[in-house]
Amino acid sequence: MEPILKARGLTKRYGKVTALNDCDFDLMPGEILAVIGDNGAGKSTLIKAISGAVVPDEGKIWLEGQEVSFRTPIEARAAGIETVYQTLAMSPALSIADNMFMGRELRAPGILGSLFRKLDRPKMEKFAREKLNELGLMTIQNINQAVETLSGGQRQGVAVARAAAFGSKVVILDEPTAALGVKESRRVLELIRDVKNRGIPIILISHNMPHVFEIADRIHIHRLGRRLCVIRPQDYSMSDAVAFMTGAKLPEGVTETV
Amino acid sequence: MTNDAKSVSGAYEAGLKGAAETVAEFHEEQNALKKLQHWLHQTPSAVPMIVLVVSVIVFGLLADNFFKAATLSTILQQIAIVGILGCAQTIVILTAGIDLSVGAIAVFSSVLMGQMTFRYGIPAPAAIAIGLALGTAMGALNGFLIARLKLPPFIVTLGTWQILLASNFIYSANETIRSSDIAEKAPALQFWGYSIEPGGVKVLYAVFLMIALVAIMAYVLRHTAWGRHVYATGDDPAAAELAGVPTKKVLIQVYALAGLFCAIAGWVMIGRFGSVSPTASTGQLGNIQSITAVVIGGISLFGGRGSIVGMFFGALIVGVFEMGLRLVGTDPQWTFFLIGVLIIFAVTVDQWIRKVAS
Repeated sequence: MEPILKARGLTKRYGKVTALNDCDFDLMPGEILAVIGDNGAGKSTLIKAISGAVVPDEGKIWLEGQEVSFRTPIEARAAGIETVYQTLAMSPALSIADNMFMGRELRAPGILGSLFRKLDRPKMEKFAREKLNELGLMTIQNINQAVETLSGGQRQGVAVARAAAFGSKVVILDEPTAALGVKESRRVLELIRDVKNRGIPIILISHNMPHVFEIADRIHIHRLGRRLCVIRPQDYSMSDAVAFMTGAKLPEGVTETV
Repeated sequence: MTNDAKSVSGAYEAGLKGAAETVAEFHEEQNALKKLQHWLHQTPSAVPMIVLVVSVIVFGLLADNFFKAATLSTILQQIAIVGILGCAQTIVILTAGIDLSVGAIAVFSSVLMGQMTFRYGIPAPAAIAIGLALGTAMGALNGFLIARLKLPPFIVTLGTWQILLASNFIYSANETIRSSDIAEKAPALQFWGYSIEPGGVKVLYAVFLMIALVAIMAYVLRHTAWGRHVYATGDDPAAAELAGVPTKKVLIQVYALAGLFCAIAGWVMIGRFGSVSPTASTGQLGNIQSITAVVIGGISLFGGRGSIVGMFFGALIVGVFEMGLRLVGTDPQWTFFLIGVLIIFAVTVDQWIRKVAS
């Protein structure tokens, strides 16, 4: 099977620091791929390179076999790669519907939309409600309530729903459970599984080993700016994974060259 | 895919069994105060509207002449310029910025319109168009310095306020163009000073212009993508940028549009005062007056919250206070005293509404 998203030889340097060092990456269709790595291993740079937030100095990226190069997150988004940032990137004072369509608003049909640039609010609200319902977030009653009146889990839910609604090819989730309580994390993990069940592959960046081992199909372990190995969670224990990513232990058949 | 690892790793959460499964549920706040807070959160112009209605009733009871059509039309006439400058100030403050140069742009634009006609002999309509374009360019300069050079709006517009006002004095050589000359040679400059008089009550064109501008901007801010982008830029610029809003472009457009509104206010000034005067008090006071209308109107100085209709109510409140207190016959200083109180009250309410999140 061909990877839906493939990267080869990605390199990114910031002055003397090499954040990405000839890094490879593969995401298979329909899978949840977790990306783990110690702080400073370069995993956020890797994700930024894939989501268009950083332009790599070297290397190539292919989406569905087509070579792509994104200069901005908007370009990546247009290609079908949606990212849920750790900060969620939502405007707190604006409504759920406004936030879901921020930057890609729908305009009313006819002259109202073309000349007077009027938004198609009913359509946007209907779509937002449907997407929240699909992911079992229907308990959010009022699609026009401001995002800041939602709880942390609800906000995460809206952000994931937004990504799932528009991310036709790949959804990237950056630390989706970092700021949540145990109960809310559980709900968000279910949400991630719902998205996966709809056939959208997911890249999950997380520090939470139990969550990673529970939900991921494969785990990309990042170390010193490159992919150290990819493991399947059922083949290794969490402590093995931590040992690999901190360099305490090397997986079989891998030699570290620095 | 096997589930072994999952069941093992999920074990520590076994204690969760029986806990509520729903996360995304909305708890209806039953408390009356909380309800009020939520309502104000969604309807930010409610507070100034209530203050306006109450003050109109109070002055109506205190002063016999207050409820006359002539009095009310005079109030509207007196807030026309501040109302238009307030439109400029509103969109800027919604982006979490501030524009101290609004009055300076207005005065300089009015002087440019006058001088184009009288110094260079350009026909009045063309002179007006040039004045409007130059006012827009002055606003765009503010926007460029703020968005591209990332300078704080307060400092940029503090600077351009002085620069534009000084340029205005230097360029005009402090010369006033007399009202009678304008009426004779270029009546188009005084257009907004003309009026209709239904039933003997004089209503300036300027009043209709102000109301039309407020209505148009209310529509644009509420019902177009650009309007939503203005709010998003002011609310959380980093989030807006990530969500795909071109925040820098939005900022430059906002300051340029504010410049256009200021130039329109400059044109209206010629109609209101008759003459073109580089020393018009608007140059020094326009910024404070427009900021006052915006703040009393319930628009948050921190950006992203409030409505332009609130600004209109805010300007009306100031007008009603000035007129009402004059009719009652008190020391005019009470106007400023009460407006000061209102400003602090408005900001307090804004802070309280913001806490709705917690």
